[in-house]
Amino acid sequence: MTPRQRRMALVAGIVVGVGIAGALALQAFRQNVMFYFDPSQVAAGQVQAGQRFRLGGMVVQGSVQRVPGSLQVRFAVTDFRHSVPVQYDNVLPDLFKEGNGVVAHGRLNESGVFVADEVLAKHDEKYMPPEVARSLKKAGAAAPPAGGAQ
Amino acid sequence: MFVELGHFSMILAMALAGAQAFFGLAGAARRDERWMSVVPSAVAGQFLFVAVAVASLVNAFVHNDFSVRYVAENSNSALPLFYRVAALWGAHEGSLVLWITILSIWTVTFALASGRLPRTFASRALGVLGIISFGFMLFLLTTSNPFLRLVPPAPDGRDLNPLLQDFAMAVHPPILYTGYVGFSVAFALACAAMLEGRRDALWARWMRPWTVMAWAFLSCGIALGSWWAYYELGWGGYWFWDPVENASFMPWLVGTALIHSLAVTDKRGLFKSWTLLLSVAAFSLSLLGTFLVRSGVLVSVHSFAADPARGVFILGFLILMIGGALALYAWRAPTLVSEAGFELVSREAFLLFNNILLVVAAAVVFGGTLAPLISDTLGLGTLSVGKPYFNPSFLVPMLPLLALVGVGIHARWRRGGLAQSAGRLLATAGLAVVLGVALALGVYARPGVLASVGAVLGCFIVLSSLLDPIDRWRRGLTLPASIVGMTLAHVGLGLFVLGVTFVESATIERDVALASGQSATLGAYTFRYEGGQAIEGPNYDGFRGRVVVTQGGREIATLEPEKRRYYVQGSVQTEAAIQPRWNRDLFAALGEDVGAGAWSLRLQYRPLIRFIWFGALIMAIGGVVAMRDRRIRLAESATEPAVAGREAGAQP
Repeated sequence: MTPRQRRMALVAGIVVGVGIAGALALQAFRQNVMFYFDPSQVAAGQVQAGQRFRLGGMVVQGSVQRVPGSLQVRFAVTDFRHSVPVQYDNVLPDLFKEGNGVVAHGRLNESGVFVADEVLAKHDEKYMPPEVARSLKKAGAAAPPAGGAQ
Repeated sequence: MFVELGHFSMILAMALAGAQAFFGLAGAARRDERWMSVVPSAVAGQFLFVAVAVASLVNAFVHNDFSVRYVAENSNSALPLFYRVAALWGAHEGSLVLWITILSIWTVTFALASGRLPRTFASRALGVLGIISFGFMLFLLTTSNPFLRLVPPAPDGRDLNPLLQDFAMAVHPPILYTGYVGFSVAFALACAAMLEGRRDALWARWMRPWTVMAWAFLSCGIALGSWWAYYELGWGGYWFWDPVENASFMPWLVGTALIHSLAVTDKRGLFKSWTLLLSVAAFSLSLLGTFLVRSGVLVSVHSFAADPARGVFILGFLILMIGGALALYAWRAPTLVSEAGFELVSREAFLLFNNILLVVAAAVVFGGTLAPLISDTLGLGTLSVGKPYFNPSFLVPMLPLLALVGVGIHARWRRGGLAQSAGRLLATAGLAVVLGVALALGVYARPGVLASVGAVLGCFIVLSSLLDPIDRWRRGLTLPASIVGMTLAHVGLGLFVLGVTFVESATIERDVALASGQSATLGAYTFRYEGGQAIEGPNYDGFRGRVVVTQGGREIATLEPEKRRYYVQGSVQTEAAIQPRWNRDLFAALGEDVGAGAWSLRLQYRPLIRFIWFGALIMAIGGVVAMRDRRIRLAESATEPAVAGREAGAQP
């Protein structure tokens, strides 16, 4: 091989390699991307059966129920138009509170209960996840007051 | 009064940064000695005034001056003095002050060390640093001013976010920013080289120590952040692929590529334009990171309150800096021709692969970090990508990179030379396979392929890095600092790989609800919950649980995790209890009182997790040691570039 051919082979090899890496990354991306839905969209049946997604909204006041002495907890998430029951059996984050914003990852089961495998609550209390804030605005609810002792 | 003085100082510092930019660039362009001689004084003055501004803010925090809005929002009279000082960078405005201060320190350091550089070159580099400084000061004063008063003054402050009330708060942000901001020096030098139209590769030699230093700080800062998140966020992860973590990780990946490509440019005069592009990219990614963090466009655990005006300003600044640098690059890069060539099996080729794979890895992280933003902007739906995307995608470029590291360090410059070390390398690889598989299958009993692959790669990198120093030692040769540094950095990488491999594959984690006296089993360990008691701290109250861990019936640890409620913000905070050992951590965190006398608990056993942070620390130390090398330190003097081949023997 002449130096020129060798160089071209090197470049071709790099292009192929980077291409494969890109394709694999895109594949992983397609399979693992998670969309966000609010309770109204869930009620309207926009979520495909078995699809894993993120559910966001406010934890309904008085909806948190525990089986005493166990991790199992049930609560409802609302955008003040519709609400979705959620079931979870892991440790809840520190800022999880009735009336606070929350985002949960998981799937709907056959009876329409959202089975969460992860629940996130922001740890800055002034902060509302932007997507939740937008859902609430869309649903016509007034933006919730900033929390904390201000 | 003091704060007004600080405010005024910051305005003066901005004016001086403007002067530094103008006289630095225009003076060099006109080759006007008098103009250029203004620059060092502007740098010194800017540093002085920034120091006064910072001192005025620290003073306000220490003396609980709640008539200053920023102090009132982020401090409290009950907050211990230590955190009152660290609270300076606890929120958006103060972290920008930190950015500016650190940039000012880098600028002064560079100005002091640049005496031996060509006059116009140093002047241009300082001019570019002046532009960056000016931009950030303008940003601070117009959109995020920490010097404003509150009328009427608040009776007491709103307190520092309890998550930030931790020792790491004092060290993590300054060290991380030192790394982040340090890439601005490499960027300024690259711009100066392009403005000068230099055809030689001397600038690469001048750039090396600065880049390595910034990289070492960044490595340290990221590791500290990871360690902090592990024990303070309360849930025991060491890396979350959070947008802000990614924002610091992307410059690190590109910076790592940069220090390797700089080696090639310095030694062999190759990859000139690529090196310039990488230094522009590393700094651009630092700026992008700042944009992502400050504008609140991405949902992250680090987000400060979102403010569109701030986002627009940084985006504009970002476009100006990157656009300017890329235009300069488009203008100058075609004039940079490399005369020398190299073979497919040579150190240059291996370093080229290193660069490509690191840049691909950075692109993978970049894509995943920005995808939610892009999809949202284009109205394609609000999506998120997390670990399931990042982990496998990141491994695609990383596994080949790790496999090449152990081989590449034995390749010679220009051509081949692997044949000489082939025997040794094969023996090392064999040993690594035996060790790695023994670790994965024997010690940790992980049948998965990935655990074995990771263990073998980690062992191979460590062993292969040690071959050369051992060989030199046996032959009675001296060990130059550059080789010691390189060896340390690669050994650190190998240890890091071992840590990640086993934390990912052999961690045992359980969420349980336990009443007093009940226990849960994790592998060989039994965690028994023994109830707890109420506690009271200076600015919080809470509950402390007691978990006794036994192994084979023998008590080996007592963990006392806490749940705290801070008075002022009313926020609840988990303090995990961790018993660290060199080869494993035992971890317990309290969830909440779940009724019937039970608490929910998160229990973890994480093998080798310390290797992750110590590995990163050793990498950083390797960088600092390599800088002690005479050949790199002499970099500051304007000597002839190393001719290919003459230096090649020094680093086989």
